[in-house]
Amino acid sequence: MLKAFEDAVKEFGVENICKVARTGCIGTCSVGPAVLVDPGDYLYQCVTLENAREIVQKHIVLGEPVKRILYNNEGYFQKQQRLVLRNAGKIDPTRIQDYISVGGYFALAKCLATMTPQGVVDEITNSGLRGRGGAGFPVGQKWSLVARAHNTPKYIVANLDEGDPGVFANRTLAEADPHAIIEGMLIAGYAIGAQKGYIYIRSEYPLAIQTLQKAIAQAKDMNLLGDNILETQHKFDLELRFGAGAFVAGEETAILVSVEGRRAQPRPRPPYPANQGLWTKPTLIQNVESLANAPLIVLNGWAWFKSFGLPNCTGTKCFSLTGEINNPGLIEVPMGITLREIVYDIGGGISNGKKFKSVLVGGPSGGCLPEPLLEAPIDYDSLKKVGAIMGSGGIVVLNENSCMVDTARYFTDFCIEESCGKCTPCRAGLARVKEIFDRITTGEGELNDIDILEKASEYISNASLCGLGQTAPNPILTTLRYFREEYLEHIVDKKCRAGVCFKNEKAEE
Amino acid sequence: MATSDNRRIRLEKVLKEHNYQESALLEILHSAQEIYGYLDRNLLMDIAGSLNLPPSHVYGVTTFYSFFKMRKPGEHIVTACLGTACYVKGVEQIIAAIEKEFNLKRGGSTADGKLSLLFTRCIGACAMAPAIIIDDQVIGKATKEIVISKIKNTLGGIKDETV
Ligand SMILES: Cc1cc2nc3c(=O)[nH]c(=O)nc-3n(C[C@H](O)[C@H](O)[C@H](O)COP(=O)(O)O)c2cc1C
Repeated sequence: MLKAFEDAVKEFGVENICKVARTGCIGTCSVGPAVLVDPGDYLYQCVTLENAREIVQKHIVLGEPVKRILYNNEGYFQKQQRLVLRNAGKIDPTRIQDYISVGGYFALAKCLATMTPQGVVDEITNSGLRGRGGAGFPVGQKWSLVARAHNTPKYIVANLDEGDPGVFANRTLAEADPHAIIEGMLIAGYAIGAQKGYIYIRSEYPLAIQTLQKAIAQAKDMNLLGDNILETQHKFDLELRFGAGAFVAGEETAILVSVEGRRAQPRPRPPYPANQGLWTKPTLIQNVESLANAPLIVLNGWAWFKSFGLPNCTGTKCFSLTGEINNPGLIEVPMGITLREIVYDIGGGISNGKKFKSVLVGGPSGGCLPEPLLEAPIDYDSLKKVGAIMGSGGIVVLNENSCMVDTARYFTDFCIEESCGKCTPCRAGLARVKEIFDRITTGEGELNDIDILEKASEYISNASLCGLGQTAPNPILTTLRYFREEYLEHIVDKKCRAGVCFKNEKAEE
Repeated sequence: MATSDNRRIRLEKVLKEHNYQESALLEILHSAQEIYGYLDRNLLMDIAGSLNLPPSHVYGVTTFYSFFKMRKPGEHIVTACLGTACYVKGVEQIIAAIEKEFNLKRGGSTADGKLSLLFTRCIGACAMAPAIIIDDQVIGKATKEIVISKIKNTLGGIKDETV
């Protein structure tokens, strides 16, 4: 494709006004391959090799965009607010020069030249930035905890495990703008006094790994990593660590032991990683999207950052929008936007003329929300109130063909598979819950199964050691809360309105 | 024999690069799997010996992570994505169709060892769900028919670059 464009540019002799470049993902995955023409942000969709010549001829040479294949979806970008993803699709992620040419590493230079480490921590604290990996813990507060810890050396672990199925925001960020992550880590390193960082990335993301490897090598070449960074005393080194297909390894105490090369089993807290992390040294664990916000805040100031989103939940959040909708893809929206705006204005509504049924927010331990809750604003606290979580930003839309009981069963299955097996409520509790689901979905359910499900869910969430067990019952509780009639239909009428359950030949495993 | 020696030399190089450090166990297992294709008992014993770790520890780590394969996979590998978006979009029916068509069980291989059917939790191609990977080629918006015909082509040695 790249070559087709290059050839066409040569053919029409417009090399001097038109540069063909490779970029990271723009986020409109459903209409790929996509081609962006600047200036003007013209986005072409489903481009074929034949289109290449036409686009160059008409658009570049004659100045007439080829309307027929333009991405004609105003809403998709209009309601978005691209801060973290500002460079996605605009720069070549394999060239550090591209990142620098749009202001990259200026924030680092500003820190090193004009700010004290405490000044950087204050800037982040004042911005109100909260962790983007799930729990929403204030980022500045965490930096200040690690900065104040006495023990040395200190470490940073950037979390790119992105284990939630149905989520690819961190992957896209790494593939489209890897230096934003690296710069964020450098700034954090300066602020908390760490000289060594690891990016823990899942091995299912080969392109992201390659892109990051290249970016790290280029940063080293330009003296942005290593000793005497930008001719100062500041030192920072960065290594990649690879996951190996364990969801629980994204949990903060588990990721530490995994980086140390052991089984990724969580441990009780305290001690918190901020005091006793990698090799028992103070460690900052931060999601890569949280880190990628840091350069923006340092460069533009905390007050600027607070102008996005809500007062108690500032900035933007990336979401992977998937399922039965017209425009799946990666989006970035201001905190406080409603689910309805995401599903209908950005997502373009339900595909194939079907009816909306539910939206899953927050991955396998999120919640299944019904139509009326589409008005709910997206922020950590509102989502919690309705039984979901922000998680790592997965939004999956279901239509009438999905059975809510089976959906809850699917997530329970996932959590059983991924349970590390260390604590009993999660390991054994979820297994009992699955037996109940197996009964209900094969016509053997009884009415008091609903009570048992509710009680078991409560025990599992209260008694589990880590977030996996604590949040695993969320899909069960929300489906029971909002779609109870479907459970009753399965149990009493032995009927599945979506036609998913009661298929005996579904002898799994 | 010559090739297996060669592989051991490559493994030794990896071990050395990591200074025989326990903390690099995951990286070493990744490399070993890349070199040998899978991690069998003897190989794990070998790695444990080289790192001076109890075999039980190395075995424990290997089995904990689902990415590590301990059995020899088939010549060609079909990997189905079990992520949420793929589940919602009906990957289950595609899996069932593959099982039936090629007479193999999920997680297993055909009797002639030509084809394995494996799983991944999510490859993050959710906007193109359901996704099926045949060897290294990702097939987005997969249907039963497309996948089965692609697998047949792959088994028949026909190169097929269209997605
Ligand atoms: C089971 C489980 C899986 C998790 N997986 C991830 C993950 O893949 N990526 C991530 O950033 N955080 C994940 N977390 C959250 C981390 O524990 C931690 O809160 C986060 O990385 C901190 O970074 P943040 O404050 O920037 O969000 C997971 C938590 C649990 C309990």
